[in-house]
Amino acid sequence: MCLAVPGRVTEVSERDGTRMAVMDFGGVVKDVCLEYLPDLGVGEYAIVHVGFALQRLDEESARRTLQLFEELGLLQEEFGDPWEAAGAAEEAGR
Amino acid sequence: MKYLEEFQNPELAAGLLADIRATVTRPWALMEVCGGQTHSIIRHAIDQLLPDEVELIHGPGCPVCVTPLEVIDRALAIAARPEVVFCSFGDMLRVPGTDRDLFRVRGEGGDVRVVYSPLDALRIARENPDREVVFFGIGFETTAPPNAMAVHVARKQGLRNFSMLVSHVRVPPAIEAIMNSPDCRVQGFLAAGHVCSVMGTDEYPALAERHRVPIVVTGFEPLDILEGIRRTVRQLERGEHTVDNAYPRAVRPEGNPAARAMLEDVFEVTDRAWRGIGVIPQSGWRLSPRYRDHDAEHRFDVSGITTREPAQCRSGEVLQGLLKPHECEAFGTTCTPRTPLGATMVSSEGACAAYYLYRRLGVPAAPQEASPVG
Amino acid sequence: MADTETLTGADARAAAAPDLSGWSCPLPLRDHPRVVMGHGGGGAMSAELVENLFAPAFGGPALAGLGDSAVLDLGGARLAFSTDSYVVRPLFFPGGSIGDLAVNGTVNDLAMSGARPAYLSCGFILEEGVEMAVVDRVARALGAAARAAGVEVATGDTKVVESGHGDGIYLNTAGIGLVPAGVDIRPQRAAPGDVVIVSGAIGLHGVAIMSVREGLEFGVEIQSDCAPLGGLVEAMLAVTPDLHVLRDPTRGGLAAALNEIAAAAGVGVVISERAVPVPPQVANACAVLGLDPMYVANEGKLVAFVPRREADAVLDAMRAHPLGAGAAVIGECVTEHPGMVVARTGFGGTRVVDLPMGEQLPRIC
Repeated sequence: MCLAVPGRVTEVSERDGTRMAVMDFGGVVKDVCLEYLPDLGVGEYAIVHVGFALQRLDEESARRTLQLFEELGLLQEEFGDPWEAAGAAEEAGR
Repeated sequence: MKYLEEFQNPELAAGLLADIRATVTRPWALMEVCGGQTHSIIRHAIDQLLPDEVELIHGPGCPVCVTPLEVIDRALAIAARPEVVFCSFGDMLRVPGTDRDLFRVRGEGGDVRVVYSPLDALRIARENPDREVVFFGIGFETTAPPNAMAVHVARKQGLRNFSMLVSHVRVPPAIEAIMNSPDCRVQGFLAAGHVCSVMGTDEYPALAERHRVPIVVTGFEPLDILEGIRRTVRQLERGEHTVDNAYPRAVRPEGNPAARAMLEDVFEVTDRAWRGIGVIPQSGWRLSPRYRDHDAEHRFDVSGITTREPAQCRSGEVLQGLLKPHECEAFGTTCTPRTPLGATMVSSEGACAAYYLYRRLGVPAAPQEASPVG
Repeated sequence: MADTETLTGADARAAAAPDLSGWSCPLPLRDHPRVVMGHGGGGAMSAELVENLFAPAFGGPALAGLGDSAVLDLGGARLAFSTDSYVVRPLFFPGGSIGDLAVNGTVNDLAMSGARPAYLSCGFILEEGVEMAVVDRVARALGAAARAAGVEVATGDTKVVESGHGDGIYLNTAGIGLVPAGVDIRPQRAAPGDVVIVSGAIGLHGVAIMSVREGLEFGVEIQSDCAPLGGLVEAMLAVTPDLHVLRDPTRGGLAAALNEIAAAAGVGVVISERAVPVPPQVANACAVLGLDPMYVANEGKLVAFVPRREADAVLDAMRAHPLGAGAAVIGECVTEHPGMVVARTGFGGTRVVDLPMGEQLPRIC
């Protein structure tokens, strides 16, 4: 249902009247159907499921999300790490 | 892989977990809907990191688990026919029907082929004009647009020897059914991120309002799941029940309009039986009449199939979060991953298979039960 | 013979129905009146076919060891003896061919007993109609691999089957080699406290094969790691003869190998996921297809269970050898959870790494 991975478009073409792309997934290259994202261009990223690009990946949004995670991390560093303390307590009790 | 690995970084988990621990004051039961999310949770052992108050109930978001037994039996009957090349995603090969599975059919001479994409099945149809090529079109809304495209292209190109056996299911009616169940313990949902990539989020606010549950659209990598949990717990602690998008890099409110348009054309909503749960109204898609020529249900007469679920199997209750796998009498005795009675033991993200592994280790597969709400 | 490949063609048809009345452990073979692909997958179903059908039918004490190769006492010599059949499709793949596999697979089985591989037999089963040029290419690859491995093909056989019953060419090789004195390497010797070492990055062979398999095809700069490990094992034995277990993680991958060892020795195995070397392109190919690198086949790697006091020296010796440059400690043997393999995930949690059921298949979910 849900296994989809982010890939980058390296080539776009028409094949038998179907819009197709060659996409790169960290060095793994695969043909992907672009009919649902026809204006996706070379260099852009999309989420790909069973050989179809289903949604653009918003790179700026990804960066913002990671930044949020980093900020949460800084907060917990500043104010102490309850998780690590709990984890250490669990380990000691094992 | 860019935009994947960053969301698997354990160093960023600490901050998310600390926020969850600092926020939670009482037990909460959350359900992740999508099997892919369940798989990720088990794979990375994320549930072991959560504070005891947060319980994850694994939902029925696994097409392997919920495809009706009748459909499996129909698929097996079609696949066994000598003129048929039966193409399927790998997930379905070991799902038990009444008396066998697709692997057994292949062993008995059936031409059963695993494909990565429905387009591969189209290609096989083009290359084998003298064979009947049937594609097993299962899945949730994420897989429906790819499957729809295959049928659409087949019709457009007059590929007469291609047909699809369709059994699609939809998430919102499943959430509705779960919440309407009298013993429902679920207090918040992690909605399926890639389903929402296709469908958008407009089907969920009514559900959140009607049942007063927070619904947080969640991704699949460990950090995405922790973030979805974090936001859901926050809402619960504040008494909120809204729809929130915790996967904005891949989900827009409108979803993918081109995909939704194709779904409108190729499929029509239908009542659908969910294996182990029963019929959930309007919860499925079947091919619309326009595509009848490519509908395997019409092309192949597969009457005379007797469908019978093992009496002991309680997958349905597990799927709804009403029963923990180890509470089932068959668990670990007559029902094991090697000898599964139902789909929740077959599937790699089925709750029963997951519990089976952890139980042998003696590690609790989930934190302590959330105490009854009230 | 510890593993099994699916028989086809005349062989399968000739097999009579087994008499089930005398079986002591009928589950779950009674659920499979016919052979299915999973019986050749190297996982739980293969093991059951061997233990419940083959071993009772013709097994003796030597077979009972169920190691990669049998170590036999013959006329005062300790001989390792192994066989394997090769049914891979496609015949040629990035980094090798069925000819390379046929040599290195058996050579490695012998090496995993600590033997120096010496001689091979080779049986060809050819499909009527296969191009002679293809047979020639495979034969030459086999010859080159034998020379590289330092072994000689001493005897062989050729059969032709009717068209349509095979994938062109099936190979069987059997091999012998001498096991040095003082060397006792077999899965049962794994002991709590042992250090688990893998000789390099995993998943290369399986991904290389998948990348050219119909229906999956993808582009990737991955080559099979198919290689003969006799020299690497010699280098390790030069440090100490007291290696406990060696295993090449072929079908079923590292997961199958570790589970088989844990079960044979009645020990638990704990590994650290972050310590297992996985090349980025293997990880990414697995991510696209929904596979777990732990279950992907390797053809030029070994996993070793080494007594703790020798581990550092053995690791150094491995890293000094070209085929062990990427060697890494990945875990240890414990007394807890005997027979079970557990992995500590990158997030600090614990997951069980179970024996694969049959073939690992791409998934969408």
